Amino acid sequence: MWKFIVRRLVITFPQLILLSVLIFLLAQAMPGDALTGLVDPNIDPETIEEQREKLGLNKPWYEKYIDWVGGVVQGDFGQSFRYKMPVTDLIEERIVNTFWLSVTALIFTYIIAVPLGMISGRYNDTILDSSIAGYTYIGFATPLFIFALVLLWIFGFHFQWFPTGGSVAPGLEPGTLEYVMSRIQHLILPALSIAIIQTVSTVQYLRSEIVDTKQKDFVITARAKGASESRVYNRHILRNSLLPIAAFFGYEITMLITGTIFVEQIFSFPGMGQLFIESVLQRDFSVVNAVVLLFGAAAILGALLSDIILSMVDPRIRIK
Amino acid sequence: MELDKKETQSQQNMEHNSTGLRILWTELVRDKLALVSLIMLIVIVVFVYGISFVMDQDEIVKVDLFSIHEPPSKEFILGTDYGGRDVFGQLIIGTRNSLSIGFIVTFLSGVIGVIFGLVAGYFGGHIDNILMRVLDFFQVLPFIMLVIVFVSIVPNYTIVAFSLIFTAFSWMGIARLIRSKALQEKELDYVQASKTLGTSHFKIIFREVMPNISSLIIVTMTLNLASNIGLESGLSFLGFGFPESTPSLGTLLSYATNPQTLENRWWIWVPAAVMILVLMLAVRNVGEALRRATDARQRKG
Repeated sequence: MWKFIVRRLVITFPQLILLSVLIFLLAQAMPGDALTGLVDPNIDPETIEEQREKLGLNKPWYEKYIDWVGGVVQGDFGQSFRYKMPVTDLIEERIVNTFWLSVTALIFTYIIAVPLGMISGRYNDTILDSSIAGYTYIGFATPLFIFALVLLWIFGFHFQWFPTGGSVAPGLEPGTLEYVMSRIQHLILPALSIAIIQTVSTVQYLRSEIVDTKQKDFVITARAKGASESRVYNRHILRNSLLPIAAFFGYEITMLITGTIFVEQIFSFPGMGQLFIESVLQRDFSVVNAVVLLFGAAAILGALLSDIILSMVDPRIRIK
Repeated sequence: MELDKKETQSQQNMEHNSTGLRILWTELVRDKLALVSLIMLIVIVVFVYGISFVMDQDEIVKVDLFSIHEPPSKEFILGTDYGGRDVFGQLIIGTRNSLSIGFIVTFLSGVIGVIFGLVAGYFGGHIDNILMRVLDFFQVLPFIMLVIVFVSIVPNYTIVAFSLIFTAFSWMGIARLIRSKALQEKELDYVQASKTLGTSHFKIIFREVMPNISSLIIVTMTLNLASNIGLESGLSFLGFGFPESTPSLGTLLSYATNPQTLENRWWIWVPAAVMILVLMLAVRNVGEALRRATDARQRKG
C-alpha cells in the first residue's frame, strides 16, 4: 500500500515540475514582461535597462525560473497587466465561484448517474434500459457547449425559470438568505448542463459494472440465503459497483475544467474559466499563466488522488 | 445442382477466409443504422465539397450592410447574420472546413499515436515505461486550455499552425490503445519467429505488427474523427479555432453568445448545431459498427 503511494508520488512531482517549466517557457514566449504597461514610454531606455537589471529580468532563464517558482510557492503570481492588481487577489475572487460550480456539477453528476446506472444495470435489456441507452447515445455525441446553449435558450430565455447570466442578482446583501438562494439559482442551470453531458460515461460504466457483478458467486449466495431482491441490489451489488465510480472523481477534475470554461462563457458566470478566456483575449498573460498552472496542478493532483483511492479499493492495481 | 452447391461452398470458404477489412465491410452493411449513416456522411461530404467548388468563399464572407439579420427567405435560404452574410453559404463552407480539419487532425494524431504506441508496446520494459510516463503527463493536462494558450501566442497564425497545435495535444488516446494491443501482439509466435530470423525491428513493427492491428487503427481513428469535429467546433465557438474569414460550424454557433441572436434569430445557430450533432452521430454509428466488427463476440452476422 505505502509502497504504491510513494511510487505514485515519485511520478507526480516530476509532472508538477514539468508543468511549471512548460508554463514558464510559454510565458517567455509571450510578448511583454513584468515592466510592460508599468513604464511611461517617455522614460529614456537607460533607466528602463537599469530597472530591468534591478528586477532581475536580464538574468539567464534558469535563474529567472527559480525566482518565478519561489514566488509561486509563496502565492505570488505577479501583477495583472490589465487590472493593475496582484493576480492572487484577482483569482481569489473568481476561484470561489468556480469551486461551487464544480461541486454542484459533481453532485448533480452522481445524482443522475447512480439511479440511471442502477436501473439500466438491474433491468438490463428491457425498454427502460434501452431508453437510458438512448440518452447516453445522444449525450455522448452532443458537445457540451451546444447543450448548454439549448438549455439557456429554453429555460433561461423562453420559460425564464432561471437567470441567464452572472453569479448572483445585483443589490443583495451577502450573508442573507436571499443572497444564498440567488446564488444557488444562478448555479443550477450551468451545473446541470455540465452534469447531464458529463454523467454519460459514468452511467455506462456503472451499468456494465452492475451487469458484471450480478453473475458473481456472492450474489448467488445472498439470494440462496433468502435475501430479498432489493436487498441484493442495494446492499450487495451496489456497494461493490459503486466504489470504483466514487474513486473516479479525481479524474473528473480534468473534465470539469473543460466544462467550466465553456459553461462560464455561455452563462457569463464570473469564474476562473471566464477569467481565463478574458485574459487570453486581452493578452493579460500573467493571469493566463496563473490560471493554467492552477488548473494543471489541480488535474495532476486529481489523478493522483484517484489512483490512490483506486489502489485502496482494488488491490490488483497495486501490483504492476 | 451440384455446381450450385460447390459455389455456395466456395462462397462460404471465401467468407471464412475474409480479411480484416472485409469483415469490417460486411459488418457495416449488416448494421442498417451504420449503413444509413455512412451513406448520409458520403452525401454530406460530396454535397459540401462539391458546392464549395462552385461557391466562392470570399463572396460568402463579404459584409453586406443592407441585409443584416434577415430571416430565411427565397434569396437567403437560411437568412443572414450580423454582417449580412448568407448563413446557408457559411453553413456549407463551415461544414467543409470543420470536416477538413477533422480529417487532418485525425490523420496526423493517428500517425503520431500509432508510431508512439507501437514503439512503446513492441519494445516494452524501460522504453515502454519512459514513454508511458511522457504520455501520462500529456494526458492529464487540460487540453482546451493549452490549445488556447498556444493558439494565442503563435505569431502569424494559420490553419496549418492550428492543426499542428491541435494534433500535439490529441494523440494520447490512440497511442495508449495501440500500445496495449502491441504488448499482446509482440508475444505471438510470428513476431518471435521473425526475431529469430533476424528481421530488423523496424520491419517487424511496421510491416508485420502494424498490418495485424490495422482494423483497430481504423476503428479508433473513425471514433476520433467524431470527437475531433466536436472539439474543433468547441474551440471555434470560444474564438480560438479558425479566424473569422474562414468560418467553421463553431463560428456560426458563437454568434449565439449574443442573447438577441440566441433568443430571436434561431436561423443563425440552430442549423449549425444540428449539423454538428448529425455529423458526430453519423461518424459514431459507423465507428461503433466497425468496433463491433473487430470483436468477434459482438458481431451481428
